[in-house]
Order: sequence, then structure tokens, then C-alpha cells
Amino acid sequence: MAIVAQETKFARIFWPVLAWIVALIFFFPIFWLVLTSFKTDADAVKPEYLIMFQPTLENYLNMTENYDYWRFALNSVITSVFATVFTLFVGVPCAYAMAFNPSRHTKDVLMWMLSTKMLPAAAVLYPMTFLTKNFLGIFDTHFLIILVLSLINLPIVIWMLFTYFKEIPKEIIEAGKMDGVSTWGEIRDILLPLAWGGVASTALLCFIFCWNEAYWTVRLTTTEAATLSKLIEGNRAPEGLFFGRLSAVSTAAVGPIIVLGWFCQKQLVQGLTFGAVK
Amino acid sequence: MASLTLRDVAKAYGSTRVIESIDLDITDGEFVVFVGPSGCGKSTLLRMIAGLEEISGGDVSIGDTVVNEVAPAKRGVAMVFQTYALYPHMTVYNNMAFGLKQAKMPKDQIDKRVREAADILDIGPLLDRTPRALSGGQRQRVAIGRAIVREPEVFLFDEPLSNLDAALRVQTRLEIARLHERLGSTMIYVTHDQVEAMTLADKIVVLRGGDIEQVGSPMELYERPQNTFVAQFIGSPKMNFFNHSDLAQTAPPELRQVDEDTIIGIRSEHLSLCSAGEETLSATYELVEQLGEHALVHCTTSGGTEFIAKLDVPPQSGRDVPLYLRVSPDQVHLFNRETGLRK
Ligand SMILES: Nc1ncnc2c1ncn2[C@@H]1O[C@H](COP(=O)(O)OP(=O)(O)OP(=O)(O)O)[C@@H](O)[C@H]1O
Ligand SMILES: [Mg+2]
Repeated sequence: MAIVAQETKFARIFWPVLAWIVALIFFFPIFWLVLTSFKTDADAVKPEYLIMFQPTLENYLNMTENYDYWRFALNSVITSVFATVFTLFVGVPCAYAMAFNPSRHTKDVLMWMLSTKMLPAAAVLYPMTFLTKNFLGIFDTHFLIILVLSLINLPIVIWMLFTYFKEIPKEIIEAGKMDGVSTWGEIRDILLPLAWGGVASTALLCFIFCWNEAYWTVRLTTTEAATLSKLIEGNRAPEGLFFGRLSAVSTAAVGPIIVLGWFCQKQLVQGLTFGAVK
Repeated sequence: MASLTLRDVAKAYGSTRVIESIDLDITDGEFVVFVGPSGCGKSTLLRMIAGLEEISGGDVSIGDTVVNEVAPAKRGVAMVFQTYALYPHMTVYNNMAFGLKQAKMPKDQIDKRVREAADILDIGPLLDRTPRALSGGQRQRVAIGRAIVREPEVFLFDEPLSNLDAALRVQTRLEIARLHERLGSTMIYVTHDQVEAMTLADKIVVLRGGDIEQVGSPMELYERPQNTFVAQFIGSPKMNFFNHSDLAQTAPPELRQVDEDTIIGIRSEHLSLCSAGEETLSATYELVEQLGEHALVHCTTSGGTEFIAKLDVPPQSGRDVPLYLRVSPDQVHLFNRETGLRK
């Protein structure tokens, strides 16, 4: 009895402390980023000004004046929202079919979809650029970015939805069939209300992935469809490393998504554990 | 109301044949029970009738129409699932009304039907609750209610009582019997419990390994089982099987003359104690299960065959003293040992 009590006391102190340490390690880069964004470029590289410095809003003011932050932000919102909507629009019926009317090949199809994530993006960089620029003429358009973001996220979205749908007893769907509901009615009136939590967290995660995507959004845009990722990238390359300015841009880019994530924490945890924890 | 016909119906998953060529006629208003051990294909057969499972061969007809390609909701059947399968996000009312809404029935008519069904099943006060807030028995009623409102020609039940406790099972069983009486619809009921089968059925279909072993009224199956499987499946405790060598010298002559290739089947309840010299069998007993009104006595013959006798009064003598048991010859069932078929 005494041993048990001791153990729980140890556990009660040890685990929270460990959790805090890990959390702080993860949090530190963001803390540092936000801090740096209030320093001048000159102060930013001086170690002695790490914590103590003269804060300035210069970087943020520059940003909206010189770089048209809002246009990049709007592009990020447009592409992420439309890509998420489109991905779900395709993903929900697809996962529904695989969960409730599986064929012999369903498992293979799922594996195949996942395997597309294993292809290194760099391997198709040249054909993608060439085709979209010279052949299809859709380089640097919202359409292209939405399409690319959708296709990148479709496998993971289908996997997640499939896992959620699998948890719904097959009989409930069959009861719907007996009641004479159409396929769309089944999705709308039975499936989605039951898997609402799962679909919401999938959508959220998909949105975050779209927002954060950098490899393709940077390389397939110039100005028209450029997103916040491109803005960060643009501040890094041409004028050398201006840490203060770069930090401000980065903070402004990841800010919205962190706030969103903060508000939807519960949904996200559920989403990331793939419904394993309830 | 409708009759139902299965002609040469078969089901295969890939190369695994689950149902083999089944022929069955169900008349209008009949209460038919599919019974058989686990995995024999009862649910599969029921689901084929419902339209939830594709039919690999043969025809299913309801009334005069072959329904193989007809959608489940258009077959005029309603199904009560073992797990109830209520819509968790809808109230009891909407659970029952959902199918009628799909059929575009006017609101006032839906309301009338739902309230009628709720009256029959005594769930009126529960209409605004969600299934989460109901007990198992109440959920079961709602599931039945959802079937009733559609006024189907055929009701399908897949082990509807298996999730209820023993007392509730008996009560709900009676209610289903009453419901059949009241609605007069054709009902098909799947169970692996032979007591449910015996008490509910007009006609029992005994299935094994995807094949029909015997079809008949409960008493037909009890009195004239066509083979050893049905003989042991129907009735509790299950029928005792003896060899020629187990019989006493004093057994009735018509039994004495059966040969070695015959299985002699005698139900526990047909054995009774008698005095020495009149016995059909003699045995010693190891164990007595006293059930109040009668006792189940576990015995062994001198030939080593174990069996159970259902006696009104347990034997008073010691365990080493032989018990003398008799049976009237017309209550003996004879089966061919090789084929298992009734002689
Ligand atoms: N999708 C499937 N693929 C392959 N075999 C299946 C499939 N569904 C069922 N079976 C097989 O079909 C047989 C009959 O199954 P069914 O569910 O009809 O049995 P049952 O008589 O209802 O049993 P229980 O009393 O356990 O419910 C079983 O042997 C089962 O393994
Ligand atoms: Mg079954």
C-alpha cells in the first residue's frame, strides 16, 4: 500500500515536470521567433540582446507596407479553404464506399494511396513545373495550387475518414438501406451526423496541412497565387538573412494557424490519434 | 400480407459456399423460425431475403414477384437487427419516422402511424428521447416499432432477443408472439435458441452448414426428427443415443430386434423408473441435477453410454445400485448409423 502511494506521488510529480520540459523545448523556437520579430535586424543577431532589447514594431509595419502581407494571406486562405472543401467533397464519398462496401481490393487501394506519399516530391519537380508552365498554362494560378494541395492531402484525408467511418456499426447504415434512403441521403442524414467529430478534425488537419505546405506553393507560384509560405521564402532569399524582418513575416504567417489550432485543440487531438482515444 | 418463396437459393463469398441451394415456401401470415448452430448461414439467408446481401444463385420471391434485384426498401420487408441499429443521433420518434419520410409520406400520416406503433409497444412516453437514454429492452421495442410503422408484408428478425437478460427475453418473446397475432403478418425469425424456436414458430427451419436439415411444425420436429442432427438439436436436454448393446434382456421385443447399425434415440423425458424385470435399460448414476419439479439424472449404462434421464423423483438408492428405466416403444426413434437418417 505504502509502495503504491509512493509510486503515485513520484508519478504525480515526475510526469508533469517531464511534460513541461518537453513542451518548453518544443515551444522555444516559436517563443524565440516571436521575440526576434520585435527586434531590429541589427539587434537580432547579437546574443547579448537575447532577452533584453528595445522592442520595435518596425518589422511589422514594414511588412504590411512593403510586402502586401494581406494579399499573401488572402491567397493562403483561398487556397487552403477551397482545397479542404474539395478534398472532403471527394474524400467523404470515397471513404464511405471503402468503409461500407469494401471490395477485395479495398485494402490494396488504401495502401496504394498511402504509397503516393512516399514518392519524393523533388523527383517530380521538373515535370510539374514544365507541364504547368509550358504545357497547361496554369502555373501560378489559384486553380493549380488548390489542385495540388487537394491531391497532396487526399490520401491522408481518406485514410482518416475511413478510420472514423469504420467505427460506425455497419447495421446502422443497413437500417438506412431498409428505410429506403438514397446513397446521398445516407451520407447526409446518417453518416455525417454520426462521424461529425471525425470529419471536423479531419477538415481541420487538412486545412492546417494546406496552410503550412511550402514545397509546392513556393515553387509553383510567382506572384498571383503566392501564399504566406512564399512570402517567408521571399524574405529569406533576395536580401540575405534579415532575422528581424523574417521573424515578423513568419510570425504573421503561422499566427493564424496557431490561434486556430489553439481553439480547436480537442478536435485536433482526436484527429491526430485517429480516433483511437475517445 | 404476402407469401415468400425461395427457389434454389445459394450464396457464395468468392469460392466459399455459405448457402447451398435452398428451397422453401412460406405462406402468408406464417411465423417461420430459422434455427441452427452458429455459422450455419441463418443471418446470411435472412439478409438475402432483406436485400442486404446479394443472391449468388436462385430466386427469392415475395408474393408473386421475384425480388432478387429489388432494393431492400421496395421489397415490403422490415428488419429488426440483433444490435437494434437505431440511429443514435435521432429521437425515438424520428427513428421510427425516418423510413416514412424517405417514402415522402404526409406529415400527419407519419405522426399517426408512429403514435399507433408507440401505443402498441408501450413506448409513448419515450418518443422524445434519444436511443442513448433508453434501456436495452426499450431500444429493442423502438427497433420493433421502426419495423411496424412501415407496415411491411414480411417482418425479419435476426436474433432480436440475444442482447436481453433472461427475464426480459421471455417477456419480449411473448410480446413478439402477441404482435404476430395482432398484425397477422408473415414473420421470419432467426435464433440459435431452440426454446425460442419451439415457442414462437408455426414452422421451424433447421439449418446446418448452409443446408436445410428439416422443415416442420415444432411438434413434428420434436416427434419425428428426420435425422440425428435435428433429433439432438430440438428438445432439451438433447436426445439420448443408445446402441443395441445398451438394451436390457427385458427390453420390448421390437427394440431387441434392431441391429448394430441402428442408433436408438430416446428423449430424457420419456424415460421412467421401473422395477427389475420390466426395464428397457439399466444404468448407474453419477450426478443428480435437482430442478424442483423434476430432476436431471446423469447415468451410464453398463456398456459405457452416457445419458440423461428426466425423472419426477430422483432415485433414492445409492450410486452403485443399478437404476431400472423403461420407455414405451412408440417413443423410441431409430436412425441409420451411417447416414444419420430416420428409419
Ligand atoms: N463477408 C463474408 N465473407 C466470407 N464468409 C462470410 C462472410 N459473411 C459470413 N460468412 C460466413 O458465412 C457463414 C454463415 O454466416 P452467418 O452469419 O449467416 O451465420 P449465422 O448462422 O447467422 O451464425 P450466428 O448464429 O453466429 O449469427 C459463416 O461460416 C461465416 O463465416
Ligand atoms: Mg447470425
